[in-house]
Amino acid sequence: MDRERLLHLRNKEDVVKLPALERVAVCGGTHGNELSGVYLVRERLKKRRKSEVMEPVTVVTVMSNPRAVHRCVRYTETDLNRCFTDAMLSFSVSDQTPFEIIRAQELNSQLGPKGSDQATDLICDLHNTTANMGLCLITYSDCDWICLHICKHLQREMATIPVRYIHYDFPPAEAYSLDSVGKHGFAMEIGPQPHGLIRSNIFTAMQEAVQLMLDWVRLFNSGSEFEGGWVDVYSLVKNIDYPRDPQTHIITAAVHPDLQDRDFCLLHPGDAMFLSFSGESVRYKGKEPLYPFFINESSYYEKGVALFLARRRRVEIPSIQSSRT
Amino acid sequence: MEVVSLPVLHRMAVCGGTHGDEMTGVFLVPELERQRREKGDGIWPIALTTVLSNPRAIKECKRYVEKDLNRCFTSALLSSSITDSTPYEIQRAQELNSLLGPKDTEDAIDIICDLHNTTANMGLTVISYSFSNWVCLHLFKYLKEKVTTVPVRLMLLDIPICDAYSLESVSKYGISLEAGPQPQGVVRADIFNFMKEAVNAVMDWIKIFNSGQVIEGGELESYMVEKSIDYPRDPETQRPSAAVHPQLQDQDFCLLKPGDPMFLTFSGETVKYEGEPRHPIFINEAAYYEKGIAFHLAQKKNITIPSIQAKKD
Repeated sequence: MDRERLLHLRNKEDVVKLPALERVAVCGGTHGNELSGVYLVRERLKKRRKSEVMEPVTVVTVMSNPRAVHRCVRYTETDLNRCFTDAMLSFSVSDQTPFEIIRAQELNSQLGPKGSDQATDLICDLHNTTANMGLCLITYSDCDWICLHICKHLQREMATIPVRYIHYDFPPAEAYSLDSVGKHGFAMEIGPQPHGLIRSNIFTAMQEAVQLMLDWVRLFNSGSEFEGGWVDVYSLVKNIDYPRDPQTHIITAAVHPDLQDRDFCLLHPGDAMFLSFSGESVRYKGKEPLYPFFINESSYYEKGVALFLARRRRVEIPSIQSSRT
Repeated sequence: MEVVSLPVLHRMAVCGGTHGDEMTGVFLVPELERQRREKGDGIWPIALTTVLSNPRAIKECKRYVEKDLNRCFTSALLSSSITDSTPYEIQRAQELNSLLGPKDTEDAIDIICDLHNTTANMGLTVISYSFSNWVCLHLFKYLKEKVTTVPVRLMLLDIPICDAYSLESVSKYGISLEAGPQPQGVVRADIFNFMKEAVNAVMDWIKIFNSGQVIEGGELESYMVEKSIDYPRDPETQRPSAAVHPQLQDQDFCLLKPGDPMFLTFSGETVKYEGEPRHPIFINEAAYYEKGIAFHLAQKKNITIPSIQAKKD
């Protein structure tokens, strides 16, 4: 039954009961050079919070890709955060298998198995981006009330950084990132920060956001009711690559100065998108105004992505309460 | 004041990709080559060689493959014996020294302009050595007048020529153009544009100089690097235990005074600066974490430069 019909049939004053979140994972270093998460995980592990049991939730702290973290690179052989599709998690491992595929299967045993009843209730996977995105929760669902309520909570409580919700419309089997292993999950992406360095204000914002998330989980588990409302959701529509030389495939333009740093500002047909190195502007030729994000993310050059484009819509969320009470 | 007579400048090199992930130079050098193919050599007032310094690092989009190329140009490393186990970058440095040098000889190319990026908030910084002749300082003076979209500053390294370790020290009058802030692996159009503007301004200056006009001297403000400060580190793991303090982050070239916040530990304590008032540069450069540098400290020095004039050969 789809979400709209579900909402329509339900009495608007009903509170949706959801199971408590008994096990939560905070993961960092999924990309070894995204340092806010690396240092946050290290701080948590130093304070012996590897596995803290504080009624009513257990929080597990994980350094996802220790080899990449040690070398301060995104990955050593293949991008770990693309290894969590159902197909790759059930891939037969041999001597030739890239490290990250093996590691993904280990993480799936530890925090999953993905899609099963034993899976971690909530995974929060920490990331940084060179794009000017503030704080974004990136998930595969636009009707996961837990994730949407956490987003609403962060938006209300965080004063120093904008908080937004991004939705990638992939079915669970094709969901490729670590956060898809949990029953609920999201990547917590904060930028802008260059890879390989740590900015104090960004670290502090991430620390605050993780603490707010854990506080929300404890409140939820203890039976508090969270009032419904609405959240603006940015749903991924497509990505745009850089203009490239047809022979060498090397990029021939940079993101236009009018678009650079303007993540989540509406891009209209005809707006400047790229500026070639020889000085010509390339304009957006789509028919529909869309919202750009991940504008000029350094690790996406090799993936053929200059920016993503999203539609924005208001999603109504119900009041929720844990079903323990 | 007396006008100093200097030889006409005949040959220049623009180098990019000395660090393979500093993308402005990686893309500006091929753009200059494209201009040459389209409009011919006559567009420039001087014989121009364009060089992608570290092709292997560029291919992998890394700073270097085995060793930082831009630390391989000391006289000692340039004359060291090459064996099978010699790091790639030491060999490459010797190739570049043959192509553009030899360093400290009459045959060396007149000017090297080496293009770099930094994650620090440094605008356009011209970096040169204190042994450099008036040409470098005049180039800076001209760039400061002509490039107005970003702050332009002069950073000097007080190192004798034989110990000078960077690529531009191979030429008679070498400068690095450092543009930031830009993350490694990213090319920003605004930074690309002002770097292109700066390279064009260097060419314009050379044209004016070579025409024989007297180029007026004057007073310049420079920042002479004295030392560097490392991050506080965990004594066991040697990893940084703090980040640059939010009040210092992005404040390159501003005055740091005793008592000013310098670092904020990950557990929330402030570490304050305790030295003489100095100007921090290269604050939070990603590539310097492994070199044990959070930022350099420099003293501001005023320099008087004479008027100069090219003497015809």
